[in-house]
Amino acid sequence: MNTTRTLATARRVLAQLRHDPRTIAMLLVVPCVLLALLRYMFDQQPQLFDRVGAALLGIFPLLVMFLVTSVAMLRERTTGTLERLLTMPLGRLDLLLGYALAFGAVALVQAVLASALTLGLLGLKVAGPAWLLFAVAVGDGLLGMALGLLVSAFAATEFQAVQFLPAVILPQLLLCGLFVPRANMAAVLRWISDVLPLSYAVDAMSRLTVATGVDALLVRDLAVIAGAALLALALGAATLRRRTA
Amino acid sequence: MMNYGVGSAPAIRAAGLTVVRGGRTVLHGLDLDVPRGSVTGLLGPSGCGKTTLLRSIVGVQRVAGGRVEVLGSPAGSAALRDRVGYVTQAPSVYGDLSVTENLRYFAAVLGAPPSDPGRVIAQVGLTAHAHALVARLSGGQRARVSLAAALLGTPELLVLDEPTVGLDPVLRQDLWQLFRQLADGGAALLVSSHVMDEATRCDRLLLMRDGRLLAAGTPAELLRRTGASDIDSAFLALVAQDPDATAALPTGDPS
Repeated sequence: MNTTRTLATARRVLAQLRHDPRTIAMLLVVPCVLLALLRYMFDQQPQLFDRVGAALLGIFPLLVMFLVTSVAMLRERTTGTLERLLTMPLGRLDLLLGYALAFGAVALVQAVLASALTLGLLGLKVAGPAWLLFAVAVGDGLLGMALGLLVSAFAATEFQAVQFLPAVILPQLLLCGLFVPRANMAAVLRWISDVLPLSYAVDAMSRLTVATGVDALLVRDLAVIAGAALLALALGAATLRRRTA
Repeated sequence: MMNYGVGSAPAIRAAGLTVVRGGRTVLHGLDLDVPRGSVTGLLGPSGCGKTTLLRSIVGVQRVAGGRVEVLGSPAGSAALRDRVGYVTQAPSVYGDLSVTENLRYFAAVLGAPPSDPGRVIAQVGLTAHAHALVARLSGGQRARVSLAAALLGTPELLVLDEPTVGLDPVLRQDLWQLFRQLADGGAALLVSSHVMDEATRCDRLLLMRDGRLLAAGTPAELLRRTGASDIDSAFLALVAQDPDATAALPTGDPS
């Protein structure tokens, strides 16, 4: 690993985003608009907004980073820039960490905006400290990034990459406890939900809405999110092969 | 540069290089040398394995057998990564960055001096477009950005896959002059093309067909050997003489 090359990669990814203001706007504004919409949907049931809104604060960064990373990495593969980089003295870890830094920063800005809006204007009540909310949101963003990186290896076109969203993320969304509490699911669904990382992202956010401090379960949730992100990143790194057929 | 060349190993030496892709043998045990300080042309029809050979030389191709040595080290080894420049057939640069931003990034990855992006932009004649977004450039200009990236850090070996395709004659002339200058400076260049009339600009030629090396030598030698008046006819004469090519005819090989 090399700090200069990692930072250069992060700068380059951010420069690419800077040339694409529409994407930046979508990344930052769309979650806020959706959260505002949700707030007015649950106008008569504010306690329901507290539950769903907090869960969505964890889901949006994951969703958005998954999409952006899978398409960005697929472009690196299909335009030949990845092959060029791999003939240069760039380590695979430099590339991955560069992406993680750049998109992690975007995830953080997104989380700050979305939380400021929901906690401030929209009146979401969260018992835990705000910084923990950001920590969970950024962890979710990085998990989404790592998953996106992994699936980009299995997509040949951008059409396919986008289809991985319903294939990989939607089942997690259905089983994460947002629609039906995980405790009330049939045993088999419960087991599946137990091994899907998004469940822990939503659990962590839900815990923050009721508990004031950091408890062992929250730490466990964060550890699972981080572990899943690292596992996906390691698997993704294994798909970045210098020599291909 | 006098410290290159004399007595040292060739820039590229391949022995028995075999590549199998999707169950089909694409390169059939190639043996070849590419000297330093000269421009070697790799000529052959489209689909004959030129790109596969170049990919094997830069170490991104999975190889089934044989050896490729580049600047004295096995192809693709870490020590070579800032000494070999590679230009793929399709421009491999970021369309959503400006020319300068692209080259600054690749220079940082290579650890090239900060003045290098400006130098290589001038070398490929894109100074007027230095701050243009690559996606807005024409195909030929984009190809030159890709070439510029390979010139960063002054590599000892340049592997160029059809770098002059789609360029106007004046630009092609300029680029061949640049290749000549780089070779005179001691670098080795391996340039693939399917346009036979570029052969006369090379010091040496490697003629390829169906994953085999038909012939290697200077353009003059190849013409003398075949008694042909141009490289196109020399190529045809060599195909007619080639035992493997004859064996491939329907009436030939009984197996």
